[in-house]
Amino acid sequence: MNLHGFGDQLLAGTLLTLQLAFASLGVGLALGMAGALAKTSRNAAARWAGSTYTTVVRGVPELLVVLLVYFGASQVLTMLAELVGLDASIEVDAFTAGTVALGLTFGAYATEVLRGALQTVPHGHVEAAQALGMGSGRIFIRIVMPQAWRVALPGLGNLFLVLLKDTALISVIGLEELMRKSAIAVSHTKEPFTFYMAAALIYLGLTVAAMTGLALLEKRAARGFARRAA
Amino acid sequence: MRLIKILPALALALGLASGASAADKLKIGTEGAYPPFNMIDEKGKVGGFDVDIAMALCAEMKATCEIVTQDWDGIIPALVQKKFDAIVASMSITEERKKAVAFTDHYYTNKLQFIAPKASSFSPALDALKGKTLGAQRATISGTWLEDKVGKAATVKLYDTQENAYLDLAAGRLDAVLADKFVNYEWLKGDAGKTFEFKGEPVFDDDKIGIAVRKKDDKLRQRLNEALAAIRANGTYEKINAKYFPFSIY
Amino acid sequence: MNFEVIVENLPKLLDGALLTVELVVFSSLAGLALAFPLALARCSPRLWLRAGPWAYIFFFRGTPLLVQLFLVYYGLSQFEAVRASVFWPILRDAWWCALITMALHTAAYIAEILRGAIQAVPRGEIEAAHSLGMGVWQAQRRIVLPRAVRIALPAYSNEVILMLKGSALASTITLLELTGAARTVIARTYMPIEIFLAAGVLYLLISFALVQVFRLLERRLGVFAC
Repeated sequence: MNLHGFGDQLLAGTLLTLQLAFASLGVGLALGMAGALAKTSRNAAARWAGSTYTTVVRGVPELLVVLLVYFGASQVLTMLAELVGLDASIEVDAFTAGTVALGLTFGAYATEVLRGALQTVPHGHVEAAQALGMGSGRIFIRIVMPQAWRVALPGLGNLFLVLLKDTALISVIGLEELMRKSAIAVSHTKEPFTFYMAAALIYLGLTVAAMTGLALLEKRAARGFARRAA
Repeated sequence: MRLIKILPALALALGLASGASAADKLKIGTEGAYPPFNMIDEKGKVGGFDVDIAMALCAEMKATCEIVTQDWDGIIPALVQKKFDAIVASMSITEERKKAVAFTDHYYTNKLQFIAPKASSFSPALDALKGKTLGAQRATISGTWLEDKVGKAATVKLYDTQENAYLDLAAGRLDAVLADKFVNYEWLKGDAGKTFEFKGEPVFDDDKIGIAVRKKDDKLRQRLNEALAAIRANGTYEKINAKYFPFSIY
Repeated sequence: MNFEVIVENLPKLLDGALLTVELVVFSSLAGLALAFPLALARCSPRLWLRAGPWAYIFFFRGTPLLVQLFLVYYGLSQFEAVRASVFWPILRDAWWCALITMALHTAAYIAEILRGAIQAVPRGEIEAAHSLGMGVWQAQRRIVLPRAVRIALPAYSNEVILMLKGSALASTITLLELTGAARTVIARTYMPIEIFLAAGVLYLLISFALVQVFRLLERRLGVFAC
């Protein structure tokens, strides 16, 4: 495959794609955890907020979420700043907007995965911890999460694979990640097939790497649990 | 990654950076997919006529400038939302746009002209456009012209970038592309454009290209106008023009 | 918020929504048709029969839909041979390119869903079919597949919703489906928030409608009974 000297650019794009994926993963996990806690909360308003979030985000195209966050967020923020009398320029650049948009999407699906996982932790474990005098925060970190994590990992892993591919959407708002870099190369070389195929192969490579990493993580999380039933 | 700093070094050399106030730092938005006016090379650097003009203006105003690339659809919203302070991206001065932004005096005059395969009998007469498949970039005056004049009679296809419209013209998906004459001129010069040519006279020949700024930034608009007059007078503009076209495009 | 601009441009958005529904319905059905042979071959004990579908599914699930779309629409036209071929009248059309890509893409996912469902059919039922004297193919057609379809239906409905969301990408190859229509309107009104929110509401309505259709279908097929 002759990349006409654009190899370095594709590499730079790939690195940005990875940065974007991991930044969105961080935002998404936080949102997913908040969503799961909201949905399992005893507070009706929190439950309502949680389910509105997941229903809306899961029913609207990722591309639209990306465009809306990109154009909408800074407009809203700038308006708010002007309201309080600040003439500040509030910038939401493509990377930030992309991270928030992809994080929002990931979080909505992760909410369901995490909620399911939290519910698999036997209530008796929580009660036992309470009997030992542990506070609720400690119970969550020391008792609930280590068990829920193991259950949630495969589901979250699948979501990460989806997220990795969704980063391509951020090219539409001009972030020069892998897809946009490929398009720039196409405009110089007039060889769309060559460069979009190169991009496809790089995405495949990233997917395989992510799958391998996830398999290792799952193995680690499953330590001490016999997987094979008789 | 997409911020390409072009002038800090120059500004330092001129001894400006130390005394530069916040107002002398400008962010200039451009698209980067519109050769020869603005494009990104294989090193990831932004260049082109627009960028050269922007740099000359910044040097004239003794300001430190940073070039930011932005996809075309979002370029006006991004200016309004203060992602940058001015758009130097071959933007036509139109009434529709004036509702959202303010423009400087024009820095070149564009014409809209169709290109089509040499072998085709394509004619830009309105009657002859019926039933044709015509392409242009979304959110450009070419796109608006097509939508307004032949939106009902012909199939109008709008693209995210001008390059994608050319790819489709070369692939034979379009009967013709309507775009800025000088951009078409550049594309016809390249390998992909060999079997294509201009068809008929320009359908619109007084398309003034200006720099867009936020409506509130009248001071910046005036400074840009003064700088523009200065580079016109001192020969800098001519030099930049000659670098890209053998004829004056002012 | 400027509601006037939404009302003014609603007809354009509704036209776009119609095209969106068209793309989703056709690609989901075509994808389903493609997925059956893929899934059956993928379950085959013979390696040479299994390898092709495996590679196909691997490629289409491992790369972004946007890349696939650009490969089909802009990529294929790089080759003179494609442009001279009998397929060109179809491939030169953006609507067909979007439909073909979406169908190929979703087929890979549906095939995996079907494979899971086929493997979830209780062995006892297949053995019972064999003991009644059914051959391999007859057992597949009359016992395994009908059973697998019921098992797979909920997952298939999820996949259709994912295609609804994926269809927004067709806007990048000039189609004026809902997102494309919204972007074109915004190109002239510069009101991104209003128009994108309106488009978002239309997408939610479409996805609710699709979910209802699948609920009815599940009830009719008695999915919950098995």
